Amino acid sequence: MSKKSILGLFDTPDQGADALDGLHNAGFESHECDVLTGTPYPEGTFGEHVPQHRLFRFPLFGAIVGLTLSIFLTTATQIAYPLVTGGKPILSIFAMLIIMYEMTMLSAVVTTVVGIIFESRLPKFNIGAYDTRITEGLIGVVVNCKEEEDLSKAKKVFSDCGALETKEA
Amino acid sequence: MQQRRKLDQKQINQELLSGNLKTPKWYIPTMIFLGFFVVTGFATILYMFNTGLGVTGLGRPVYWGLFITTFVFWVGISHAGIMISAILRLTQAEWRRPVTRAAELLTVFSLLTALFFPLMHAGRPWRIAYWLLPYDFSRGIWPNIRSPLFWDPIAIGTYLTGSTLFLYVALIPDLAVLRDRTTGWQKVMYTVLALGWRGNPRQWLLQTVAGILLSALMLPIFVSVHSIVSWDFAITPSVEGWHSTIFAPYFVIGAVHSGVSAVVTMMALMRWLWKWNNHIRPEHFDALARLLIVVATAWLGCTFLELIFSVYGREAPEIALREMQIFTWPWNLLFIIFLFTGYIIPVGFWIFKKARNNIVIMFWTSILVNVGMWLERFLIVVPGLARKQPFTFTWEAYTPSLVEWYIMIWSFAWVSFLMLLFARFFPLIPLFETKESQVFTSETKIGRATVPVIYREDD
Repeated sequence: MSKKSILGLFDTPDQGADALDGLHNAGFESHECDVLTGTPYPEGTFGEHVPQHRLFRFPLFGAIVGLTLSIFLTTATQIAYPLVTGGKPILSIFAMLIIMYEMTMLSAVVTTVVGIIFESRLPKFNIGAYDTRITEGLIGVVVNCKEEEDLSKAKKVFSDCGALETKEA
Repeated sequence: MQQRRKLDQKQINQELLSGNLKTPKWYIPTMIFLGFFVVTGFATILYMFNTGLGVTGLGRPVYWGLFITTFVFWVGISHAGIMISAILRLTQAEWRRPVTRAAELLTVFSLLTALFFPLMHAGRPWRIAYWLLPYDFSRGIWPNIRSPLFWDPIAIGTYLTGSTLFLYVALIPDLAVLRDRTTGWQKVMYTVLALGWRGNPRQWLLQTVAGILLSALMLPIFVSVHSIVSWDFAITPSVEGWHSTIFAPYFVIGAVHSGVSAVVTMMALMRWLWKWNNHIRPEHFDALARLLIVVATAWLGCTFLELIFSVYGREAPEIALREMQIFTWPWNLLFIIFLFTGYIIPVGFWIFKKARNNIVIMFWTSILVNVGMWLERFLIVVPGLARKQPFTFTWEAYTPSLVEWYIMIWSFAWVSFLMLLFARFFPLIPLFETKESQVFTSETKIGRATVPVIYREDD
């Protein structure tokens, strides 16, 4: 059997949590199951595995890149076209600091947004098993099945936990 | 949070997407009305480019007038977004939820509009490339990084890019809601913009962390932008009244005052136009007015400190300027209007709870603040330049021309037009934040009283 996903739709977070527990008891691994909701719930509401991320590295990386580029830009342009002011150094440190600051922050923000999208595993144009009623408040529990037997096990768990509907994709 | 109503997610979608899924009756006539000013305003700008800056009232010595005043004004308004969104997000203020998106949006569009003014003021805007882009254009001349003409675009560009990304990231979950409720080309558009959002715990966690992380990154940018705008003035030699050391914080606090007031104006309009009475409630106006009292008083303190610092040095030109600004006709009239509209009337109302909870009063007082704040910028920009100095070889008074007035009116129509255009396609109140608020809210009994409870997760 090719890999299939099955989605169970539930009315309440409690049912969703029961379904996830049921799937784990039926032998499904945490990485094979996912919960889909239309609003953020507190961490661990469904007894799900708390995701790990490396988002905080992105702004740091961006800031270093931005700072390096800005030092190069401000130094190189002043040396390329020196504005000689009597008794003062060619490199105007105060003015450089303004540009360096802004470029560092800009780069940090841009890389953070790239990081958010990357760490959220987006973009993903084939969203797989999904139902539009999830954004109306239903709780979706998705499980990836490798075997036909897994599919029927998941269906049974969903119906035992009171799923309103199940969908395959 | 006494006025909250329990709503389910379906109701929240229906109410907050009402303007996106169906065009309200007032929408098209309003857009045509604003569109007239937008089109004729752009035509006026093109006329000015074709004819030259001679069609304005600018000249020696008043080389900065209505354009730069309006530029500073719009940069000031743009400070609403980050002030509201970032600070309230970081402090987890519950009442921020219906306010953040509109505030961020105001930031983006007012910054975009602010950028037009220095460009127009340059007379031949296409030449900006010579002093902005780090490329020598075969003449061997590189941008002069010591010039505020270079600092401004860098600072505003950073703020605009950051604010736009901030707005977009927080919009992704709501785009998914729209994707699920539309058909045809709109569905295609929302599908692309939503990037395949599904709403799993990983995505929600990242969304929450992103809000906090981006807020923390945007706050220092927010402070730097208006500081740098103030340095446009502060580093200009030989103009009295522009060298006060308090200029940077004074500009920042003034920007917050006008920006938050603009958010109040906008929220009142949102409540009236889309009938979002369940979401934008008097308690939100009350909270904003309390915040504004503090901000306005700090700003007033800075205004007087600026005056005191300048007069305390007892330098004759500085004192002469202040005398002109405060006691000489017509500046004295403008100064009185500025003081009354910027502080005395609005704060006079806001200290009363009844006024803070009255949306009509909040709407008009917030408009008064921005009249005052525009005048404040005008009184900083023009009198300093208009004061006759010993070595000024030509001297004339400044009267803004019709072209300048019209372009200023255009800027208001342009921002409103963009806001309404956005509101037609995207929700102005964050859906997921409103839903999250419902998840984290409950009621409990203490004795015989039933009180609302808001749960908060540990950091």
